[in-house]
Amino acid sequence: MSTLRSILLRRESGIAVMIVLFCLAVGSVKPQFLTLDQLRIILLLTPLIMIGAMGQMLVIVARHVDLSIGSMLGVSAMVSGMLYRYVEVMPWWAGLPISIAVGATLGLGNGLLITLFRLPAIIVTLGTLSLYRGLTFIISNAKQIDRQYIPSELKALSQTSPIFGIPWIIFIAFGVAILTYLFAMHTRVGRQIFALGSNPVAAPLRGIKVTQVTLLVFAISGALSGLAGILYASRWGFVNPSNTGAGFEFQVIAAVVIGGASINGGVGTVLGTVLGVLLLGCVAAALPLLGIPGTSQAAIYGAVILIALVIDRSVRRQGIVGLKRAGA
Amino acid sequence: MGENGAGKSTFAKILAGVHRPTRGTITLNGKPVDVTSPIAAQKLGITLIHQEPISFPDLSVAENLVLGKADDGWFSRVPWAQMTREAKALMDLLGVKIDVTRPMRGLSIADQQMVEIARALASDSRLIIMDEPTAPLTPREVETLFVIARRLRDEGRTIIFISHRLEEVRALCDRVTIFRDGNKIATEAIANLSDADIIRLMIGRPFKEYMHKARAEIGAVALKVERLSVPGLFQDISFEVRKGEIVGLGGLVGAGRTDVARALFGVAPAASGTLWVDGKTVSINDPSEAIALGLAFVPEDRAVAGIFRTLSVEENITAAVPKQIAPSGFIRRAIERAMANDSVRRLSIRLASLRQPIGELSGGNQQKAILARWLLTDPSVLILDEPTRGIDIGVKAEFYDMIGELAASGRAILLISSELPELLALCDRVLVMSEGRLTADIPRAEATQESIMNAAVPRRVAFEGAAA
Repeated sequence: MSTLRSILLRRESGIAVMIVLFCLAVGSVKPQFLTLDQLRIILLLTPLIMIGAMGQMLVIVARHVDLSIGSMLGVSAMVSGMLYRYVEVMPWWAGLPISIAVGATLGLGNGLLITLFRLPAIIVTLGTLSLYRGLTFIISNAKQIDRQYIPSELKALSQTSPIFGIPWIIFIAFGVAILTYLFAMHTRVGRQIFALGSNPVAAPLRGIKVTQVTLLVFAISGALSGLAGILYASRWGFVNPSNTGAGFEFQVIAAVVIGGASINGGVGTVLGTVLGVLLLGCVAAALPLLGIPGTSQAAIYGAVILIALVIDRSVRRQGIVGLKRAGA
Repeated sequence: MGENGAGKSTFAKILAGVHRPTRGTITLNGKPVDVTSPIAAQKLGITLIHQEPISFPDLSVAENLVLGKADDGWFSRVPWAQMTREAKALMDLLGVKIDVTRPMRGLSIADQQMVEIARALASDSRLIIMDEPTAPLTPREVETLFVIARRLRDEGRTIIFISHRLEEVRALCDRVTIFRDGNKIATEAIANLSDADIIRLMIGRPFKEYMHKARAEIGAVALKVERLSVPGLFQDISFEVRKGEIVGLGGLVGAGRTDVARALFGVAPAASGTLWVDGKTVSINDPSEAIALGLAFVPEDRAVAGIFRTLSVEENITAAVPKQIAPSGFIRRAIERAMANDSVRRLSIRLASLRQPIGELSGGNQQKAILARWLLTDPSVLILDEPTRGIDIGVKAEFYDMIGELAASGRAILLISSELPELLALCDRVLVMSEGRLTADIPRAEATQESIMNAAVPRRVAFEGAAA
């Protein structure tokens, strides 16, 4: 009973319940929403957000925020895209390490600005959001990398499947989630990220190297944006200087916050973040199915996210009160 | 032991590597050591337990225990099972029941202190410094703490226990060192000192005499309080302040003086009791009601509760009188400027420009600006909470003159202060609080440092739990 109770009181179960209720509601209108085929569609909408959300979760747990992830995604995808286009000997897989390295470098840049000049992350990454987006235009001369330049093996990652008809790209996303879990919960530096976000004043008193941990967190966020960048090229088969990664930060931060990470730092779980991503995926998949016109989808998408946050906050407040009463 | 501000905590922090000394040496077990950081202190076996323990509220108790302990590689694995087992063992050793897997957030202060003590044991500290650990504890919790402290002593550990409660120091300590104004005054076996000796050593500073000249005519009762109580903070507080009278409210930090002021001003209204302003029964549930009744409150912590740091000096000065500067709803710059200018001249506030952010002024001038703000409301009762804390001596004297003049103009003044000379110099009467109760009402003629301190130091034996 107490085990069941503690499971029910966990933040994650609230999101899970919300996902189930949402799917049932949509399914009652459009029964085809509750099919395995539809699950595949939902999953295919999520891998890039999932990868970005893992990095963002770590950043938010450390009591920072990274707004520049969409632009880092754009730059790293564009660098690999340009190399594919102009360097004929470049093997198809080389885009993966290159984009990750480019992203990590840009993320490290964010971290350096934040730690060296003691600037708030929200300001720094707002600046680099624009700066990095501009870089994408400069290196590409504002031209799109078209389908024919993206190696077919890379595109195959999003289409072919090792098992169950689920494409590679989804396994990569869940692999990143598992690695993030191991990193966050089972390494010393992972715990230091939580400690730093929970009490930044006390962190140095307990020997936590605040600068290094901050740099690492932003570098990880950048590296994962880079991975998302090359997978964007795989998924969509092109890299566009203005569209690729635009608005990515909004979806990712929304997923992380719905997933229960506290913007005040110190709190966040991989499971919650995964569920947050899946909830967004369900909403994104349901909107066209419900016949909502493309013009209003963005507004409804935003509204649903806000509603999810409001429901979550009010449910959670009651949950905490209930817990206190039980203890008294 | 020592008065507030004697330098006890700073000294403790130097020992624990939080602050670096500018000179001098620390000798540990006969060897000079360099305590460069809290981690270095920990490796030397020194642990400081803060009054409000420093913790990571979102991490589990077990994680808080080990954090910063083993400092091996970044990516080395966290042994969860082993960590939890060891944390449980430590809790059992201390004989406390705390679930080590629960988050730190929500633990009582007493339990948080126990976690800190467990942390000291985990790193096998030989020197444990406790900085006023008992202040936030209940008597029963104090007794538990003492039982554990005695056991640590019997294991051969050294404990430095910082407190200003005589009874506790007598109950626990073998020797006592007394600090005053940043200097060590005496170290003596506790058995050789009487309570009076200790109090005398604590307060016997060179007495800087100050007398304000304008002594006012004392008039009718302006503020009367009867049996004011807030459970857990203070009980049965009754007193009155007359027009033209300066009434001091002395006591140690944590005695509940600020809580009384906050209750009077409606910030945190009292649960029970009666209030009279100018002879009429009133209820004050909100600061705006207090202001309407002619009360003004200059709070203790200027930075938190006083100034609007980024706003200009003139905006800060006129902040409490919005109706006067904006009679029609729009701010009339000329009126605002004139009122601010007048205040600046009257209180001789030193500034570059009325438009500069108040955060750029010195502490004393910020404090003057806040006083100016409240004077513009033309209050009949002025509550000042530690008005001269952190202010240079020269500006202090100006403040004393100002407070005297305000009383002379017929205002009733309640002055909360931890500085005994300040109370003695300014007040017509000194009320003293100790542990939430009013323990003395001393007329000017009888007020001395000794009489105030005697009433301020808690005498109630703090541990009924042990006797039972």
